[in-house]
Amino acid sequence: MDFDYSEDQQLLHESVQRFVRENYSFEARRQLVATEQGWSDAHWAQFAELGWLGIPFPEEHGGLGMSGVETMVVMEAIGNGLVAEPYLSTVVMGGGAVAAAGSDEQKAEILPAVAEGKCKLAFAFAERQARYNLQDVEMRAEAANGGYRLSGMKSVVFGAPTADRFVVSARTAGGSRDADGITLFLVDKEAAGLSVRGYPTADGLRAGELTLDGTPGDVLGEVDGGLPAVEEVVDRAIAAVSAEAVGLMGTLNDMTLEYLKTREQFGQPIGRFQVLQHRMVDMFIAHEEAKSMAMMAAMRIDEEDADARKKAMSAAKVQIGKSARFVGQQSIQLHGGIGMTDEYAAGHYFKRLTMIDRSFGDNDYHLRRYAAL
Amino acid sequence: MRIDIADRDRAFRDEVRAFIRERLPQDVRDKVRDGSLLTRDDVVDWMRAVSERGWMCPNWPETAGGPGWTPSQRFIFEEESYLACAPAPVPFGPQMVGPVLLAFGTEEQKARHLPGILSSGTIWCQGYSEPNSGSDLASLGCRAVRDGDHYIVNGRKIWTTNADWADWCFALVRTDNSGKKQDGISVLLIDMSLPGVTVRPIERFSRMSDFNEVIFEDVRVPVSERVYDEGKGWTCAKYLLGHERSGTAGVGLCRQRLDRLEEIDDGRDPEFSRRIAETGAALEDLRWSFLRMVAAKEADDEIGPEASLLKIRGTEIQQDVMELLMEAQGYFAHPFIERALAQGWNEPPVGPSEAAGATAFYFDWRKASIYGGSNEIQRNIIAKAVLGL
Repeated sequence: MDFDYSEDQQLLHESVQRFVRENYSFEARRQLVATEQGWSDAHWAQFAELGWLGIPFPEEHGGLGMSGVETMVVMEAIGNGLVAEPYLSTVVMGGGAVAAAGSDEQKAEILPAVAEGKCKLAFAFAERQARYNLQDVEMRAEAANGGYRLSGMKSVVFGAPTADRFVVSARTAGGSRDADGITLFLVDKEAAGLSVRGYPTADGLRAGELTLDGTPGDVLGEVDGGLPAVEEVVDRAIAAVSAEAVGLMGTLNDMTLEYLKTREQFGQPIGRFQVLQHRMVDMFIAHEEAKSMAMMAAMRIDEEDADARKKAMSAAKVQIGKSARFVGQQSIQLHGGIGMTDEYAAGHYFKRLTMIDRSFGDNDYHLRRYAAL
Repeated sequence: MRIDIADRDRAFRDEVRAFIRERLPQDVRDKVRDGSLLTRDDVVDWMRAVSERGWMCPNWPETAGGPGWTPSQRFIFEEESYLACAPAPVPFGPQMVGPVLLAFGTEEQKARHLPGILSSGTIWCQGYSEPNSGSDLASLGCRAVRDGDHYIVNGRKIWTTNADWADWCFALVRTDNSGKKQDGISVLLIDMSLPGVTVRPIERFSRMSDFNEVIFEDVRVPVSERVYDEGKGWTCAKYLLGHERSGTAGVGLCRQRLDRLEEIDDGRDPEFSRRIAETGAALEDLRWSFLRMVAAKEADDEIGPEASLLKIRGTEIQQDVMELLMEAQGYFAHPFIERALAQGWNEPPVGPSEAAGATAFYFDWRKASIYGGSNEIQRNIIAKAVLGL
């Protein structure tokens, strides 16, 4: 077992960290998320040029054929800088779905375009009534004229407003909570009957509600047998946001520690008070624990045994959730009034951490899944 | 960064399992599984079996009698030992005295003491805390006054685990109190059979007793048993802290108890199952933190303040596991037949076989966040050494 970066991983780490340092000052980020699109095409082009958009895809489809560890390296930097580009939705989730379920033809068509920055994807799996249950799918897909037509709604689709294509889970058989009978479809943003209602999310990112009304879709993967691919993609998202959360907590802890050393009250830096020292130590521990689990998740996400992978990702998500909540809440507390202001970065890190906790299953959900596996 | 279980590790795991299966007596295994009290013979016989195989001192260099294991092999050995319900060895000789002697001892001291540790022929205890020196260990006052070729030792050590079983004591004593409190401390190796050494067991409210008060009254210790320079004992004590790596923060112990909990849990109370899962996930984190911070490092790397982090989280999780195991007993947490925990009890248990031990262990394990530097002291260490506060 090796916990050090390989030479290539080290180079990637330095390159993404440099990007964040040079492009993501908190002020620049604030201005960026306030724009209509909420992220930058120029950044996206830079990601493509540096190869980051093809990291997990096979080399024959224009990718770099790298492992979960490289995705972790990128996602941690995304967390460090509170990066707003739709990397998670396009590369990890949309691209992950095509790579997991697509035919060779579909992969050849889509993955190189994603890697080149020409095609953005979004993964539409959640529905209003489903909460975190991945097999609660009411979106219907009916066979018609040799193809399928989809009708129904998908909720809180990350990256939806700027996606060129969607991967949509829909029911082709069975009742609304059955594991069988779910199929994935590729749906073009221009497809008839599709409407996207975009909006900003609490963390300054973008998502949208999808309404489909007899919208044509191409089958991606196995008809009626799409659930394992949905689970795999969501697990990949868990591994990715685990790393992102580690990056967020790292920056937040640095910021808080610096504040403890410089803010003076009662004639001394507040970091001299043992009660605050111990709080800060517990935040440090929470971050280190999250790091261990993000690394574990990155190293085990490509595991072939699906149950072992799911159990591992649930354990990771539970710890990430606990650490994120503690570090987030306490960093605001230790900053006092300044921590409550919009012009100070801490609150924005806290918001993203909190939204990660509200994504892909919360602690209750993952403790149940962990106990059941 | 990559995960790979080398074939060598797999084969090693099988070898360890086979060894334990062959050598660990069933009755000792059952006692460990049910949390009953172990006798000195239960523990020492097992240590000698491990010694015969050459596995007693995994973190010693091969030239000194260590087995030459990789860090991951050391982890596997400890994990498998716990999972198979083998008794934990008395750690003070192999894990503390040995490494200190290897680093600071004279050739003569090594020749005198290391063979007994390797063979488990001598059992050691550690004389650190005193009635007035707990968290503030460097304030210790147990006096050693030079008298020719001997030191005359007077003072009291307290909370001394396994002193009642030990042949020797590795003690911090004060040889000088004219300067800074850290200066003037020396390390003496004290033969527990010397005149003037008294061991008094201290009963814990858990009714499990393995700690003691050790009283030294005019004990004459040869100067040849002083480790390193006079007045430099604090250096040895700090060295131990930085190199204490063989413990796995209780990962194996917790895994073993959680396996038992999962066996016991019938799933009728989903809230309880959920809490087992929560602790299981926390333990999974501890295991990976341990692998990342300790097992993946080279044998001679110093373990920094990570050791404090692992101590804090390890003991917190241990305490959670002990609490869950007690809670799992429901009303059967109540019966407490003291003899049921001891050797030779062969009446049928009241309730499940692990019930009596579960309650005793819950109470007893409150010690874990206090010993070895309380968890508050560990937080002070991280605040200072890592965060610069």
